[in-house]
Amino acid sequence: MSDLARRAFQVAAQVPDPEIPVLTLEDLGILRGVDEAEGKAIVRLSPTYSGCPATAAIELSVASALEEAGIPARIDRVLSPPWTTDWITEAGRAKLTAYGIAPPVSGGKATLFGEAPDVPCPRCGATQTERVSEFGSTPCKAHWRCRACGEPFDYFKCI
Amino acid sequence: MHAALLEIADDCLVLGHRLSEWCGHAPMLEEDLALPNMALDLIGTARVLYDHAGTLEGQGRGENDLAYFRGERDFVNCLLVERPNGDFAQTMLRQLYFAAFMEPYWRAAMDSTDPVVAGAAGKAVKEVAYHVRHAGEWVIRLGDGTEESARRMRRAVDALHRYTGELFESSPAAAAAEAAGMLPKRAEMRGDWDRVIGMVFAEAGLDLPQDAYMQTGGRQGIHSEGLGHMLADMQSVARAHPGAVW
Repeated sequence: MSDLARRAFQVAAQVPDPEIPVLTLEDLGILRGVDEAEGKAIVRLSPTYSGCPATAAIELSVASALEEAGIPARIDRVLSPPWTTDWITEAGRAKLTAYGIAPPVSGGKATLFGEAPDVPCPRCGATQTERVSEFGSTPCKAHWRCRACGEPFDYFKCI
Repeated sequence: MHAALLEIADDCLVLGHRLSEWCGHAPMLEEDLALPNMALDLIGTARVLYDHAGTLEGQGRGENDLAYFRGERDFVNCLLVERPNGDFAQTMLRQLYFAAFMEPYWRAAMDSTDPVVAGAAGKAVKEVAYHVRHAGEWVIRLGDGTEESARRMRRAVDALHRYTGELFESSPAAAAAEAAGMLPKRAEMRGDWDRVIGMVFAEAGLDLPQDAYMQTGGRQGIHSEGLGHMLADMQSVARAHPGAVW
């Protein structure tokens, strides 16, 4: 990685997600890499959901952060391989829980259409939780409820 | 090849817009979030496909030109997706019919010879799995629910089943893209679709219509009355202010 690319990566990595500002783009795993071409840093970003309105906002935040740092750059949107919640880092998962959002869980109870996850409550840690709705306030979240502490919470959907 | 992509992009945009019409009107808050969430997934996929179709066409048309400045006869979506929302039963059955087709279709399209199609498919397949589950659960809940909900669900089957045959038909443009390995063969989704719909209908206590007449025409631009009204609504702002930016 060139010096320019390395500096651009460091700047882009620290940009917060607009919807979940405790997470950086690096935590979220959507910063796929930075190269240098023709004197510019080429920053590759993957969208989370196809229609996520944050995609354009994230690209704009990265572009302005790089401009402030004086780094000439271009943002490339990369669809393939598709982003998966498996790319959220361990640090990102811990930050999500501390923020009150249960991180994605794969595997769980078999249901008619596949598997329903066993999601521990991000507030009290109890596993007596239930899904209220598979769709929540943003495309990446589902709406859950803890039956132990009674709190509703967001669950970051596994894709 | 761009014409074949427009068919899928139009399917996603039209159904996405239909779902967005529920925003603020859904029977409960959770559905008021779920329906626009599914709409966003579909519109997001449509944007990638329009952008790519415009590039392949090479006439300088972008996603906005294709979505907002084509008339009704230029839209090549299948008839199923343009059907009016009707009641909640009808919306959910329409979603199940479409998503149960698109899930295996996107899975197969991940092997497309076109990297943009393969990339869009890789994202869409994970999203549409949620749509199948959500719509399937509602069809079961309503079909196997009260006398009234079951009656509404049977009425939805009567209203919509005739539009499902078109999903499996390939237009000449689609057939060419299929032969080139760019898109999966539509007819090959039949087994997966029958299995999912059969399973849901069995749980829901619904009868699957046998040898039903199938209405087609969408891929030739011959649409039902509802599409023109929908497009007039969807396109009015863009057409009143062509080229506007904000």
